[in-house]
Amino acid sequence: MISSNTRKYTVVSLLVNGVSHDVMIRSADTLLYTLREQLGLTGAKYACGNGDCGACTVLVNGKPMHSCLTLAIESINDEITTIESMKHSDIRSAFVANWAIQCGYCTPGFILNCHALVNEHPDADDEIIEEWLKSNLCRCTGYQEIKDAVKSVLEANKLKAKENSNLAQ
Amino acid sequence: MISFDFEYFKPESIDEAIKTFSSEWKLGKKVVYFSGGTEIITFSRGGKLTVDTVIDLKGIPECKVLEIQGDRLIIGAAVTLNQLIESNLFPLLSETTRRIADHTSRNKITIGGNLMSQLGYREGLLPLLVADAVVTVANQTKIEEIPIEKFSGSELKEGAFLTQIKVPVSNLKLPSKSIKRTRTSKVGYPIVSLAALVHEGKIRVAFSGINSLPFRSTVIESILNDKKMSDQQRIDKAITKLPSTITDDLLASKGFRQYTFGKMLIELNSVLEEKL
Repeated sequence: MISSNTRKYTVVSLLVNGVSHDVMIRSADTLLYTLREQLGLTGAKYACGNGDCGACTVLVNGKPMHSCLTLAIESINDEITTIESMKHSDIRSAFVANWAIQCGYCTPGFILNCHALVNEHPDADDEIIEEWLKSNLCRCTGYQEIKDAVKSVLEANKLKAKENSNLAQ
Repeated sequence: MISFDFEYFKPESIDEAIKTFSSEWKLGKKVVYFSGGTEIITFSRGGKLTVDTVIDLKGIPECKVLEIQGDRLIIGAAVTLNQLIESNLFPLLSETTRRIADHTSRNKITIGGNLMSQLGYREGLLPLLVADAVVTVANQTKIEEIPIEKFSGSELKEGAFLTQIKVPVSNLKLPSKSIKRTRTSKVGYPIVSLAALVHEGKIRVAFSGINSLPFRSTVIESILNDKKMSDQQRIDKAITKLPSTITDDLLASKGFRQYTFGKMLIELNSVLEEKL
């Protein structure tokens, strides 16, 4: 048995943004609740609580995940990334440059999802981008600007790769 | 937030899972197996479910397998829908599961969880029904194989759980098509969803959404394969042979579901004829 929690509260270690944190959790606590209430990482937002809106998205081992649909205890041994570690990321800068933000409530979830998208699909076409973006809702309906931000990072990455390959030759 | 407490176990073997269930069960506790857990978490949060003990199956190697072994594709019950889609080992299953929930949710939802869902859609079942899949179920005394058409999650013995799905390799790459109609957006529960393949020149097709539970009907298939009838005659006759009353709910009326069913059968016919 690699983990169990047979008392009401257990102290477990979670690896968040490259740092190991001891947190005191109930088995029933979601990862979202633990990140916000135990670690003060309030970038992941509570909205639908049902996995429908994507406002709570974090990365678990590089994959976007609804933290409202994940138990904290499930995430032991996983590498969790939240918006707080994305200050200097290309995708965050692209959101700013493309005005892909309106009220901002959905933005952390979108940024993390889009970060995983450009990493996983460096050649993403419109179909893949749309499929991934359907996981997050923006009630200000800023989808076009978000898509533009994703495309700008994909293009910049391709350019960088080309320059690097020219340098190598 | 889930308002009640439960105990959580993550066993590393089938035997350990069965023993944990048994010992908790004997204490009079309500025990559930947990794979992706999306339904358990949402139902628990919404007050539709309370449990005393959760047994997470993701630590069991047999439940995480996704590979061809001999003449069968082996899919562990805890394989996520996105892992299935990305592997594309069974294209019809990839195409069908790609329309279940949204991309991020599919990183968590597992095929076992979909087949065991309390919701009536279970679209992951459709490609398995037409491809002669079998499932393996572990219980207190043995691990047994059950043909997919005889598998019903709600009828599993207390303490038993789904470990794997096995699909004959010969049925993985047959001409196939998945079609789904939802109420509004691409992501949503089906008004009607179907998965079909052509096996030895005959169409096999399974449906979800039109009735309260997913099904494959050989009677409907023989009607759809009867080329002496026109498209409309086949549709009219197929509707009379549905296993139960057409679902009539807030998602879609009975009449609209019937209309959609007919349109989808025409589309299916033309797509599969093209593929052949």
